[in-house]
Amino acid sequence: MRFEYAPAPESASIVDIRSSYGLFVGGEFTDAKDGELFKTINPASEDVLAEVVSAGPSDVDSAVAAARDAYDNRWRDLPGAERAKYLFRLARLIQERSRELAVLESIDNGKPIRESRDVDLPLVAAHFFYYAGWADKLRYAVPGRQPRPIGVAAQVIPWNFPLLMLAWKIAPALAAGNTVVLKPAETTPLTALHFAQLCQQADLPPGVVNIVTGAGETGRLLVEHPGVDKVAFTGSTEVGRAIARAVAGTRKRLTLELGGKAANIVFDDAPVDQAVEGIVNGIFFNQGHVCCAGSRLLVQESVADEVLDALKRRMATLRVGDPLDKNTDVGAINSAAQLARIRELSDVGTAEGAQRWSAPCELPERGFWFVPTIFTGVSQAHRIAREEIFGPVLSVLTFRTPAEAVEKANNTPYGLSAGVWTEKGSRILAIADQLRAGVVWANTFNKFDPTAPFGGYKESGYGREGGRQGLEAYLA
Amino acid sequence: MPERLAVRKTYKLFIGGAFPRSESGRSYVVTSVDGDFLANAALASRKDVRDAVVAARKAFPGWSGATAYNRGQILYRIAELLEGRRDQFSTEARDRAQVDAAIDRWVWYAGWADKLAQVYGNANPVAGPYFNLSAPEPTGVVGIVAPPDSPLLGLVSVLAPVIVSGNTAVVLAAEERPLPAISLAEVLATADLPGGVVNVLTGRVAETAPWLAGHLDVNALDLTGVADPELAATLERDAAENLKRVLRPPAEPVDWYAEPGIDRMVAYLETKTVWHPKGV
Repeated sequence: MRFEYAPAPESASIVDIRSSYGLFVGGEFTDAKDGELFKTINPASEDVLAEVVSAGPSDVDSAVAAARDAYDNRWRDLPGAERAKYLFRLARLIQERSRELAVLESIDNGKPIRESRDVDLPLVAAHFFYYAGWADKLRYAVPGRQPRPIGVAAQVIPWNFPLLMLAWKIAPALAAGNTVVLKPAETTPLTALHFAQLCQQADLPPGVVNIVTGAGETGRLLVEHPGVDKVAFTGSTEVGRAIARAVAGTRKRLTLELGGKAANIVFDDAPVDQAVEGIVNGIFFNQGHVCCAGSRLLVQESVADEVLDALKRRMATLRVGDPLDKNTDVGAINSAAQLARIRELSDVGTAEGAQRWSAPCELPERGFWFVPTIFTGVSQAHRIAREEIFGPVLSVLTFRTPAEAVEKANNTPYGLSAGVWTEKGSRILAIADQLRAGVVWANTFNKFDPTAPFGGYKESGYGREGGRQGLEAYLA
Repeated sequence: MPERLAVRKTYKLFIGGAFPRSESGRSYVVTSVDGDFLANAALASRKDVRDAVVAARKAFPGWSGATAYNRGQILYRIAELLEGRRDQFSTEARDRAQVDAAIDRWVWYAGWADKLAQVYGNANPVAGPYFNLSAPEPTGVVGIVAPPDSPLLGLVSVLAPVIVSGNTAVVLAAEERPLPAISLAEVLATADLPGGVVNVLTGRVAETAPWLAGHLDVNALDLTGVADPELAATLERDAAENLKRVLRPPAEPVDWYAEPGIDRMVAYLETKTVWHPKGV
C-alpha cells in the first residue's frame, strides 16, 4: 500500500522581495557608480526574482573606503563588550526573522525549506551568538598573544549556503574588531542583502559591514584591492589558487575553504540502516552542493551488496521537487551552469565505464533538476572519483582492509572531510588519525556547529572557520 | 487630586521556581540606608535551606544536561529582561551604574557557556595509542553567600559563574539589603531558566549558612559574602565533612566592576578525562 503526500507548501508571502537592490555601502543601500544590473532567478522556476548590481571598480572602491573609515573611526577601538552587544543583536534579529530568511534562501538558492529552516538558519543565528561571546574574550582565545584585529576583510562566499557562509565570514571578523566587504555569490545575492537590512535594524555603525554583489570579476576587484588587509574565500579550488597567486607578495592575510572529494568509509560491522542514512545525508543533502559532501562511498567488499541494496531502496523514497514544499528532500540545482557541469561529469562517468543508477523520479518541467544518482564499478582513476561534481552524484568504490580504505580515502588532492562507519570505537579513532582531512565524522555526517572548527588539508584550502581557531583567521 | 496610594510588593523566598514565604512563618524588617521601613523580608529557616537544596539537586540533571548553547541563550535572556526592568532596579539598588554593570555581566557570562570547555579543556597527548580528552563538568549544587556590599552586581557576579557551566545554586542573599535579590529572582523566573536552578533565601546568614555548609547534598560553597572570619572558618570546617569545594572570602575587597576573569567559573568545575584505545 502506498500513501501519497499531499502538497505542503511553505508560504512565500512571508518575505518581501524588492524588484531591485542596490549595494550596501556605509550603512546605506546605494545605486551603482559603474556597476551594471543583472537578474537573479529562482532556480526551481527560472522566474526572475530581482535585479541586482554587478559592482564595478568604483563601487568596490567605495565599499573598501567605507570599511576602512569604519575600522579606523568606529569599530577597531570600540570596547569588545560593545562589539559583542552588536553581534548579539544581530543573532537575535536573525532568530526573529529566521523563517522569512529561510524562505528567501530556498527561493533564491533552490534548497529545500526543511533544510534552510532547520539547518541553515539555526546555524546562522548560532554562529553570531557564538562569536558575539568571543568579542570581549579575545585574550582567552589566543593565550600568550595580544589579540589585535587585522583591518578590512574582503570576503567572497559561494552559493551553496549563502547566509550560513556569510555568518561564518562576518561573525568572527567583526568579533575580532575587523570591518568587512562581503561579496555574495552571483546566483544567490538576496539573503545577504536582507542581512544588510538587519545590520540597519541593529544600528550597526555604518561601514562595519558592506555588501557588494556581482560575479567573479567583482570578486577579483575586491580581493585584489590594495585597501584590503585580509582575504577570506570559500569556493572552488581553482579560484582559490588564483587568489593565492594574486595576494602573493602583498601583506594580505589569506584563508581559503575550497573543494573536497570526501570519502565516506563503511566497514562491515557498521549498522546498515544508520550508515545508509549517513550516506544519503552525506551526498544528497543540499543537492550535493556541499564542499564536504561524502561524494566517494568506500564500502567494505563483504557488505557492499547489502549496503547498496539498502541505499537504492532508500533513494527510491527521496522526494525531489519544489523547494518550498515541506516534504521535499532534494530541491533544485542552483543554476543552469551547475546543472550542465553535473550532467557533463555524469556522462563522463558512463563513458569511462562506471554503472549509473537512479531511482525513477518525475521532475518538474521548469527549473534546474538532477535526479539523485549513484555510480558503481568506479575505479580511482575515473574522473568521477577524482573531481568534485558538486551535485547529487555518488561514486561507489570498495575496499577489503582498513589500510586499503585509508589509502583510497587519502588518494585525492583534497582533504576537507571524511566519514567513518563502524561500531568499533578504537577503529574510528585509529582511522581518523590516518585520514588527511580537516573534519572526520564518525557514525554521522555533515554535522556543523559554531564551536567546531571546519576547514581542509591539502588543496581544500587553509585556515579554519568555527571555534577558537576560527577567530585566529581574523587576529593579527 | 490626592496622590495615588502605591501597591507594595511582598518579598518572599525563591525556591524551585516558586515564591513561598518562609516555612517558619518568620520575617524581618528591611530598612533603607536612612532607616526608613522598606519591607518585611522572609526570614529563612533550616527547613527552607533544605527545601532549596532539594530543589537545586532536582534541577541539576536537566540544567547540566542542557547544551552549552542553550544555557548561553538563557543567560542572555536574563540580561534582556533585566534591561527591561532597568528603572525598577535602579530605584531599588539606588545605583544605575551598578544595574548596568549587572546586565553586562550576564552578557559576559552568557558568552562563556559554550567557550569554557574550549579554554579550560584539552586533548592530552598521552604516550600510547589512546584518545585522551579532558573536559570540564559542573560540580553540582553550589551554596553561595552573596556579598553584602553589592546587593545586585555582587550577587550577579557570584551567581552567573556558578550556573553558566551547569551547576545549580542556593543563594543566601545579602542580609541587610536582600530586596534586589528577590527582584532578580522575579527576572530569573521569567527568563526560561528552569525552576530550581537558582534558589534565593533571605534572612540571617549566621543562622542559615551553617545548615548549607553542613548539608551533605551540597557540592561546593562560595563564602564570598561571609564578612566574619570566624564564621568563615567554621563554615569551611563544616564543609570538609563531604569535601565541598570551598571558595574562601576574598582577602581584599573586590572591585565588582572589574572584568571578572574565569576564576569563579573554574572554582566550580570538575575535570573529567576520558581514555579510549585506538586501533583498527
